[in-house]
Amino acid sequence: MIPRILLLDVAHVAVFLLLPPLLLGVINKTKAAFAGRVGPPLLQPYYDLVKLWRKGSVFSTSTSWVFKAGPVAAVATAAIAALLVPVARHAPLSFEGDAILFAYLFALGRFFTVAAALDTGSAFEGMGGAREATFSSLAEPALFFGLLVLGRISRSLSLVAMLAGGPEGHWPPRTGASLVLVVAALFVVLLVENSRIPFDDPNTHLELTMIHEVMVLDHGGPALGAVLYGASLKLFVLSALVVRIALPYLGADPWIAWGALLMGLLAVAVSIGIVESVMARLRLVHVPSLLVAACLLSGFGIVLLAR
Amino acid sequence: MSGPLDTLAGPVGLSSEALALIACALAALSGVPGLFLPRDGRAGERLSFALVAAAGVAGVTAAGVAFAAPSPRGISLPWAVPGGALEVRVDGLSAMFLAQVFFISTLGAVYALGYWPQAEHRQNGRKLRLFYGLLTAGMGLLVVARNSVLFLAGWEVMALCAFLTITTEDEKPAIREVGYLYLSATRIGTLCLFAMFALLFGATGRFDFDGRGVNAGGPVGTAIFLLALAGFGLKAGLMPLHVWLPGAHASAPTHVSALMSGVLIKMGIYGLARTAAGFAQPPLWWGGVLLALGAVSAVLGVAFAIGQHDIKRLLAYHSVENIGIICMGLGLALVGRAVGHPELVLLGLAGALLHVWNHGLFKALLFFGSGSVIHATGTRELDRLGGLLRRMPATALLFLVGAVAICGLPPLNGFVSELFVFLGLFHAAAARDGRWWIATAFAAPALALVGALALACFVKAFGAVFLGEPRSEDALRAHESPRTMLGPMIALAACCACIGLAPSLVAPALDSAAAVWGVSTGLAAAVPLGRIALAGALLLAAFTLAAAALASRIRRSNAAPTWDCGYAAPGARMQYTSSSFAQMLVDLFGFALLPRERAPRLVGPFPPPAAYHGEVPDATLDRLVLPSLNAAGRAFEALHFIQRGNVQAYLGYILLTLVLLLVWT
Repeated sequence: MIPRILLLDVAHVAVFLLLPPLLLGVINKTKAAFAGRVGPPLLQPYYDLVKLWRKGSVFSTSTSWVFKAGPVAAVATAAIAALLVPVARHAPLSFEGDAILFAYLFALGRFFTVAAALDTGSAFEGMGGAREATFSSLAEPALFFGLLVLGRISRSLSLVAMLAGGPEGHWPPRTGASLVLVVAALFVVLLVENSRIPFDDPNTHLELTMIHEVMVLDHGGPALGAVLYGASLKLFVLSALVVRIALPYLGADPWIAWGALLMGLLAVAVSIGIVESVMARLRLVHVPSLLVAACLLSGFGIVLLAR
Repeated sequence: MSGPLDTLAGPVGLSSEALALIACALAALSGVPGLFLPRDGRAGERLSFALVAAAGVAGVTAAGVAFAAPSPRGISLPWAVPGGALEVRVDGLSAMFLAQVFFISTLGAVYALGYWPQAEHRQNGRKLRLFYGLLTAGMGLLVVARNSVLFLAGWEVMALCAFLTITTEDEKPAIREVGYLYLSATRIGTLCLFAMFALLFGATGRFDFDGRGVNAGGPVGTAIFLLALAGFGLKAGLMPLHVWLPGAHASAPTHVSALMSGVLIKMGIYGLARTAAGFAQPPLWWGGVLLALGAVSAVLGVAFAIGQHDIKRLLAYHSVENIGIICMGLGLALVGRAVGHPELVLLGLAGALLHVWNHGLFKALLFFGSGSVIHATGTRELDRLGGLLRRMPATALLFLVGAVAICGLPPLNGFVSELFVFLGLFHAAAARDGRWWIATAFAAPALALVGALALACFVKAFGAVFLGEPRSEDALRAHESPRTMLGPMIALAACCACIGLAPSLVAPALDSAAAVWGVSTGLAAAVPLGRIALAGALLLAAFTLAAAALASRIRRSNAAPTWDCGYAAPGARMQYTSSSFAQMLVDLFGFALLPRERAPRLVGPFPPPAAYHGEVPDATLDRLVLPSLNAAGRAFEALHFIQRGNVQAYLGYILLTLVLLLVWT
């Protein structure tokens, strides 16, 4: 039995570490299809990462080790968060309270990415850092209302139990409405945490309205590669969480569970691509209102459970 | 639970009570010899440091002995005060606070050797050390006192010595002003406590904390709770009773700020926890009120902190925030008692008490760090600092540890205590008996918001002080601090890391304190401490791996100025300042912060030079407390004639009152 668990853990780590850039490829293909273009190959993000990893580096004379700690933290925190996402009722690292660790790991990554941006002494990057810190603080309550809904349904604070469904099952009629609201709110959190449209535009590197891209203006070569890889890992992990809530597979068969997860991830990537193709970026002043709306949405999820 | 401390206590042969009293006496006397030694020599400050250090060893040992084997009886001596004996006892709850008082105080005394040396402060060095020792002794006494008169004696020594240390530089008018504000606040708080103990005495016939036999739901119980909340809340700095706190913390010498923020305000928490422990069946609304006040304090405390430009005021508002988190834990424990859920009591209490320790550790660390910055640059203004990381690398790294810890981020200690509170809140939200859980459900997202805002605030503070380029000449000339200042910070940072990476180390202490509230289940059974440690270790391993991988690729790299979108000559003045970093959040919370700004109106194509000024003053103080106090002052003007300002008249009043009371009763 133990080797089988070990095998599953190795597979879990391998999938979560190797597949994230593919998700970006799918998003870009979807956007290209909407624009009537052929678009870059599906594997283009991998080629980009390899290219960046081989390049030399230029570091600003203003920066210190904190600047290099940013990319390191982005990768390390997202990688540990990947260990917490359960598939087929099992996660490599799981305990009562791991849902809080999941949320706080991304906060830790954010601390260091924003600090790295401030280390350059550039006004652009400071601006991006300020926006990242502000918008993420507003997204945090939405995430926690969502966790609270799951926690009340499953009477647990461990992601394995929270996503396996409670004693009453996962999507019974009584809790379905709350879960719909939570999935919607978490999709908004997913978009803002990963700097996608309508909050941020991953394609515009030189505009004053951008958030994440502007923070990493000074990173280049392997450091930029680490930043991009960390960002894709974060997107993958958070998408996996949303998929696991929306598509609860109640059994423990790993083949079906993994299949459902990967299909779901494909669907999330396509829907992100669709959102980016049909929507414009919001004006910056309207971003907080949308985030507050997401908080209220998942707050209503709690209220619905009180019936 | 037994360990080396048992064997230590054996040969010494002293009970934890005796050790605690010895510690208090040593601390109280620490400043006295210096008064008789010459101002110029270093003998006075060395002797006083040695005495505080000895007190620290005795005090921490006393706590350790009490954790290992809480003594059942303590020391009880006959006393002339009616309704009680001179009773001293160290149980788990006392021991937690006792350890903190003496640990932080000793580190503060080490820090003071470098920060406030007698050679540079000939006028006030001796005075400061005298009151610092007395302040420590007062706090030590009040946490071990079981009799309320003895407790109040310790409380008053603490309150007055805190006033006298805050006003160390009493030649400055601004410092006298915050000193008087603190003094007024603490007088009002003590008045509430006198009334509370009088009510308890009336109901039980004893001068102690034990509220058994009092009907908690009745009018007397309600009055006791509200008076405790006001009296202890004023000391703790619970919003909206925090008005004295930012100014006092910012104006005191930095090692005193660390002691005040790290330890003194926790005495209010001790009082609340001790008083509440006596009520086995509190009404549900007690816990609800404390939970709500805690959440308000936490959210608004951090929101005000974000708007500050002064690094010490910023840290002071974070004390309000962390007191809020602690009160959320205590409130949850009270709710658990009211609804009969012992696991909520355990998680809430353990979270609150561990956060008391944690906040003491990382806040003292951050205050020491800010003191080093002030020592090196002579300014507290965030917008005049910058680039200090390369000038003070050790201080910067230690401040970063404190900043990560206070944001509640893994793998440091703040995460562990916040996780306990979160676990408690989620347990409450999963309850199926009745509707009370809805009231607690909104606390978890509030705590998450607090964590995220604290992150924004500390990234801002760390970035503005240590990263980028120096924004002024002062920052350019900065230098690393001496070893006496770095040493205490290293010790505190090591404690933060230890509790974060091995939380099972503190479980016995927390179990022993929770036993005072009648919780019998151990923390280790309720919280997966081993898994938290594993997650912390994995996180460190992932950081190390990623860093090694990146380092192997960037060994050969070039240096150039910051790219800045192609602008080739970025200057220090073009950097984002702490005010600009905070601006969006200050605007979002503008409804509560009521920021003030003087923005110039630019007219014409070539406007003249203009200046912008923005600040976030304390809205409660400026718009609520001061106006109402001024109005009250005018209303009572008619009574001014009895306030003559000579002692004989006041003694006469006291005699008259006593005679009248004797006749009346």
